[in-house]
Amino acid sequence: MTTIDSKVPPGPLSEKWTKYRSTVKLVNPANKRHIEIIVVGSGLAGASAAASLAELGYKVKVFCFQDSPRRAHSIAAQGGINAAKNYQNDGDSTYRLFYDTIKGGDFRSREANVYRLAEVSANIIDQCVAQGVPFAREYGGLLDNRSFGGVQVSRTFYARGQTGQQLLLGAYSALSRQIGKKQVQMYNRHEMLEVVMIDGKARGIIARDLVTGKLERHFGHAVVLATGGYGNVFFLSTNAMGCNVTANWKAYKKGAAFGNPCFTQIHPTCIPVSGDYQSKLTLMSESLRNDGRIWVPKKEGDKRKPIDIPEEERDYYLERRYPAFGNLVPRDVASRAAKQACDEGKGVGPSGLAVYLDFRDAIARLGQPVIAARYGNLFEMYDKITGEDPYKTPMRIYPAVHYTMGGLWVDYNLMTTVKGLYALGECNFSDHGANRLGASALMQGLADGYYVIPYTIGEYLSGEIMTKAIPTDHAAFADAENKVKERIDKLLSIKGSQSVDDLHKRLGKVMWDYCGMARNEEGLKKAKVMVQQIREEFWKDVKVPGGAFEFNQELEKAGRVADFLELGELMIDDALNRKESCGGHFREESATDKGEAKRDDANFAYVSAWEYQGDNQPAKLNKEPLVFEEMHLAERNYE
Amino acid sequence: MSDTLNLTLKIWRQKSPSSTGKFESYKLNGVSTHMSFLEMMDVLNEKLIKENKEPVAFDHDCREGICGMCSMYINGRAHGPLKGTTTCQLHMRHFKDGETITIEPWRAKAFPVIKDLVVDRTAFENIMQAGGFVSVNTGSPADANSILIGKTIADEAMDGAACIGCGACVAACKNASAMLFVSAKVSQLALLPQGQVERTERVLKMVQTMDDAGFGNCSNTGACEAECPKEISVAHIARLNREYLMASIAGE
Ligand SMILES: Cc1cc2nc3c(=O)[nH]c(=O)nc-3n(C[C@H](O)[C@H](O)[C@H](O)COP(=O)(O)OP(=O)(O)OC[C@H]3O[C@@H](n4cnc5c(N)ncnc54)[C@H](O)[C@@H]3O)c2cc1C
Ligand code: SF4
Ligand code: FES
Repeated sequence: MTTIDSKVPPGPLSEKWTKYRSTVKLVNPANKRHIEIIVVGSGLAGASAAASLAELGYKVKVFCFQDSPRRAHSIAAQGGINAAKNYQNDGDSTYRLFYDTIKGGDFRSREANVYRLAEVSANIIDQCVAQGVPFAREYGGLLDNRSFGGVQVSRTFYARGQTGQQLLLGAYSALSRQIGKKQVQMYNRHEMLEVVMIDGKARGIIARDLVTGKLERHFGHAVVLATGGYGNVFFLSTNAMGCNVTANWKAYKKGAAFGNPCFTQIHPTCIPVSGDYQSKLTLMSESLRNDGRIWVPKKEGDKRKPIDIPEEERDYYLERRYPAFGNLVPRDVASRAAKQACDEGKGVGPSGLAVYLDFRDAIARLGQPVIAARYGNLFEMYDKITGEDPYKTPMRIYPAVHYTMGGLWVDYNLMTTVKGLYALGECNFSDHGANRLGASALMQGLADGYYVIPYTIGEYLSGEIMTKAIPTDHAAFADAENKVKERIDKLLSIKGSQSVDDLHKRLGKVMWDYCGMARNEEGLKKAKVMVQQIREEFWKDVKVPGGAFEFNQELEKAGRVADFLELGELMIDDALNRKESCGGHFREESATDKGEAKRDDANFAYVSAWEYQGDNQPAKLNKEPLVFEEMHLAERNYE
Repeated sequence: MSDTLNLTLKIWRQKSPSSTGKFESYKLNGVSTHMSFLEMMDVLNEKLIKENKEPVAFDHDCREGICGMCSMYINGRAHGPLKGTTTCQLHMRHFKDGETITIEPWRAKAFPVIKDLVVDRTAFENIMQAGGFVSVNTGSPADANSILIGKTIADEAMDGAACIGCGACVAACKNASAMLFVSAKVSQLALLPQGQVERTERVLKMVQTMDDAGFGNCSNTGACEAECPKEISVAHIARLNREYLMASIAGE
């Protein structure tokens, strides 16, 4: 049985981490040399962890499915990274960042983890600057900041519209340095397909070399997953094409509890869907909401061109409904408001599933050059994709799946419920509760990798110094490899009539319609059956061309979609169980008179940690109660 | 203008690194002009799968022009006809009905083909591992604002840092030189105060690794800059040359 023990250290919130750090058990340098750590994933979380652990002297192996660690999905983050530096003297502090994150997450995250995140945030910026990350500067040479959705201070650091790229290249450079020193062994174009368990502990992985198709066995004293989010369960999302849940799912099936799987973030400012062939959705950075105004025509079905719609016939619904925050309300609130406007028939564009994001007033106020300097690359990107010029006509935007707050459940040490198995970055459930604030994922990824895991992993590894590397001819490795092989053979042998994408698109549509921006019991129950049916069809009728021992992209996709088909059902179960609304999880049955999300703290102030019980068996729900010592549970109000 | 195109695609097919490849032609009708180039390839692949043929292998991931994974040589140009644009950001509205589109992998000795349009860019990794970093361990460095960097310098460093490591510069160059890629990183770190300590060593090691990997020499044709999706300027190559010269003198 799994025990859900958050292992939060005792003491006042603001002293926990300092005290922990100075008392945590250490591994001496001579022993570190004999300890091997596997890191799966090379995004912000994985690359920063791997580099930092290697610097400490551990032997590290890193895996990623792209052809270079630099291509992990973190590269695509545009807007920025938060840190409580208070460089702008606008009243920011560790406490305020902590407060904003807990409140933004609608009181569904663990106080101690969030406080630690806020505490180490300032260090991250120092570290990145030392690496040569070219953050934006002011004329005097100081770092520049901007403000980001859901907060009232300017604490976001950025590098043009490419902050994720620059931060990842910083972590990648640190990682490359360790690869050059042979302290890290890098496995590009490798996909982790199983966790190997020996005597109740994670001791390695099975990975497939994506070029040759060969299965490989790798031992580690500990295994660290940093494999990103699973937004692609919806087929269409802002995630890169390869983002998947496979590593998480294998861990789940080996006993790692899955935390809050239904908590999904739908980002309000994405380019709307244009056709069936669409393969992904493109995010327009939220920073655009600093200067753009969101509106729809007041009249239903108004098909006039936006510039022909006079001022008094426009509904700037966010400014109207939330005067204090206006266009800068948190993402979940902005997304739902857009959906409501479209549901009322006021949506714009060919599909009616879009709202305007208008820069007319900002251009009039500040001039085109200022707007171009701030958002030039985003405007260009929009123009490239849609063929429309946002300097002349408002952008059309619609919400899209963007981030998954849910993920593997981890304790304060970032260890899952499987001993020796850790989860970092977007793939864990920690820190963001039911809704993530803008610019906080990059912060969390780097906090976990640079500043948390190097300490917390010592707590476990100090007990492993006597463990010799286990040879990979051990029966557990052979069994695990066999299981992977059988599954690949099965996928290739079905030779059915539907392509992987056909089935994935169907799954995605069910998830979006019933487990997306708004959810209700009836719909969720229906969706559960539909997902089961698609899964059954998949295993009878999927068509995967090619063979096992070659570069085979359809086979890669098939394995990932097979896992999504199981995850989808767990997300639905979780959404069904959580009868309250909170953050990005909106249960229509639980709304205030004004249609806002209504939490139910008496019954749902807990993390759902789902435990695998066998294929086609209902998962078991464990609960981690959330105790708020510092913050008072309050209704989120952005009016 | 019609909203759909009928196309002939002439695509390089190569089973494995060791096999000899050849062009194959495919007809694809009803391609929406709103599709991205890679979505057009998805549609082709779905069709091939339904016809029991092998889909075309190609690299891609973010489809937002930032990961540097996509890499197609389209009608004789790296990333296709549009300036400052990756393959994944290229849309079909830039092609004509009835057109034949030729699609090849990057071609360079240092980038062997893995399959169809997929190439092995490990050589770039080796160059970065040789010196594309500042040697600072994770720890407690000085406060970020204790290093002042003028906006102009920061912006110039960012221009180099914007490189996505796609390799189009190599593919576009008749000598398959990697100078633009290497110069972008050398330049970023040479401009910033953080990069000064290792400035000499860095450029020597990165250039050495580049030469060892089998990239060709730079003959200043500027083809790289013209095809670079991030419009990295050849001015960085000039800076790299200066850095290299100074480092060589210092090293003697
Ligand atoms: C378009 C976009 C814009 C964003 N903008 C911002 C922003 O401005 N600010 C912000 O804070 N956040 C932003 N986010 C969110 C943020 O980018 C991500 O949450 C974060 O980068 C995730 O980092 P990560 O290290 O956890 O995972 P990733 O960067 O996704 O890395 C995952 C890694 O795991 C590897 N991997 C996965 N599965 C396997 C497997 N089975 N085997 C081997 N390797 C595997 C991959 O190869 C990759 O290396 C944005 C997200 C998107 C989609
Ligand atoms: S310099 Fe330009 S073309 Fe060359 S790798 Fe970088 S981004 Fe690609
Ligand atoms: S797919 Fe990422 S740059 Fe084209």
